[in-house]
Amino acid sequence: MAAPLLEVQNLVKTYHMGDMEVQALRGVSLSIEEGGFVAIMGSSGSGKSTLMNILGCLDRPTSGRYLLAGDDVSTLDKAELATVRNRLIGFVFQSFNLLTRTSAQENVELPLLYANVPARERAARAREALERVGLGDRMDHHPSQLSGGQQQRVAIARALVTKPRLILADEPTGNLDSKTTIEIIALFQALVRDGITVAIVTHEPEVAEFASRVIVVRDGLVQSDARQEPRPAHLPAKEAAP
Amino acid sequence: MSLLQTFRIAVRALLRNKMRSLLTMLGVVIGVGAVIAMVAIGEGAKARVEASFASMGANLLIILPGTSTSGGAHGGFGSQPTLTWADLRAIRAECSAVRRAAAALRANAQVISDEQNWTTSITGTSPDYFSIRAWSVARGVQFTDTDVEGGAKVVSLGQTVVEKLFGASADPIGQTVRIKGVPFVVVSVLAKKGQSPTGQDYDDAVFIPQTTYMAKIQGGMAQYLAGVIFVGANSADDTARAQRQITGLLRDRHRIALGVDDDFSVRNLTEMASAQQEGTKTLTTLLASIAAVSLLVGGIGIMNIMLVSVTERTREIGLRMAVGARPQDILAQFLVEALTLSVAGGVIGVGLGLLAASRLAAQFGWPTLVQPDIIGIAVGFSALVGVVFGAYPARKASQLDPIEALRYE
Repeated sequence: MAAPLLEVQNLVKTYHMGDMEVQALRGVSLSIEEGGFVAIMGSSGSGKSTLMNILGCLDRPTSGRYLLAGDDVSTLDKAELATVRNRLIGFVFQSFNLLTRTSAQENVELPLLYANVPARERAARAREALERVGLGDRMDHHPSQLSGGQQQRVAIARALVTKPRLILADEPTGNLDSKTTIEIIALFQALVRDGITVAIVTHEPEVAEFASRVIVVRDGLVQSDARQEPRPAHLPAKEAAP
Repeated sequence: MSLLQTFRIAVRALLRNKMRSLLTMLGVVIGVGAVIAMVAIGEGAKARVEASFASMGANLLIILPGTSTSGGAHGGFGSQPTLTWADLRAIRAECSAVRRAAAALRANAQVISDEQNWTTSITGTSPDYFSIRAWSVARGVQFTDTDVEGGAKVVSLGQTVVEKLFGASADPIGQTVRIKGVPFVVVSVLAKKGQSPTGQDYDDAVFIPQTTYMAKIQGGMAQYLAGVIFVGANSADDTARAQRQITGLLRDRHRIALGVDDDFSVRNLTEMASAQQEGTKTLTTLLASIAAVSLLVGGIGIMNIMLVSVTERTREIGLRMAVGARPQDILAQFLVEALTLSVAGGVIGVGLGLLAASRLAAQFGWPTLVQPDIIGIAVGFSALVGVVFGAYPARKASQLDPIEALRYE
């Protein structure tokens, strides 16, 4: 078993809504090893989104420790968290979140801008990432000229381009049909084979079947944490060719 | 992220909404354009006043003879001769702040050349007059003190008179003109002097020795100086002192008791000039501040649109933050956007302002003057407007929570 890429201990997150205190996380402890493919499941309000935001360094826990690649990131300020996100984490969202009227290539280059990568290298790495997701011939297309599955693949390329250790996907297939869902999941499985750790948040059990581990969150606590043999995602013939 | 890269992103964001960016810029364009045009007009007016006072002569004072009261009717200054030739000699000898003094006796008369005639102002004076008024000779040699003592029948012509009598290109030196039937030899033509502050043509005049004037034009009243005295003070600072010295001396000589009004008047033109300049300065300031208000309004327009833009692009901001933009990167991005709008507006405004100034100058014949530094100030000021009014929206953007921003619909 590989060393844990991330480890959280007794994570608590409390929100204040007016006079009411809402405990979104009530002491979550878990660790995810490098190269794992984890599905985080739970109904809405279970705290899975809060957990995701903290794991993604978008938010800080009220208490508890979060070790990411060996460093405690639970006390970093906004700017430092931004740098950690830029270096270690790639995000994939349900609604793709691509910049409109901006080419696929430039969308993919975006994280590299904030990493101060020179223009020529940015272009080369963006091309590489787009080829990796099978969109080498769509680099100049704008999001409006791409299908939903293609848009999500641009978003995955954007998450890949910084060579992150961890890719966090929040309901990545929520807006896609079942055939495209399989394509995207297959892409994630391929990334895992390359050694990238992937965590996806989903409420669809069918999607969770493709992961090697399923964590169920309920009422701010980990309800179950099971390892399983992932179901391989079979690509449709034309996509499997390259 | 490098500043150049931030600037590129800003320009792209602005180009994405061309019409909106243009309209937002328009406020600053009009503001800066108005400032440039108004200041150009104000400075032009000031320069014209300066030039016209400079053409009157340096450090100039004019002594006018006294008021008269006959039968209850009060005459103005100059209605009665109270100055004497002895007064003039005394001023020259006794007032230390006075460098030169010359009489100027004036009448209108017809001047006749061989072919033309022209009614103009005839002034009898001495060579000092031309020094006091800083009026040089364009052609020939000016008449001398010897000519004055000898009552020589010589004349110095202004440019306008030369044109009327001989034509613009003619050389009248050595020719004869007749004034009141007396022949005068033209010895010199004066340099072009232009207009007085009141718009009177300085060049429409001829000058003859004062002795000749008294003998041939005026006739009689030899004791009194039937005109005014032009005085040149040592320096601009000395004009007030010269005024006091002359007033004291003349009150003494005219035996005016304490508490009784002067029977003469000393006009300090340097003071008048500076008062006029103050006036135009006030005008410039007033025009510029009205224009500056429109620049302020332009700035508020930028702030308004930047706030709209931040709200519209909340998701984009959230995404940029998620992929690694720090708060200061977002702050810089929106600040540079506001700055780009305002500085571009400023530069276009300068162009339009210069155009407007030259158009106004051409249309209404107003003098305009554009100082290079005002262009720098205007562009700098519009940059300041961008920073000031861009700061709040940019800060608001940078303080967004990435989670909330990504969820924003």
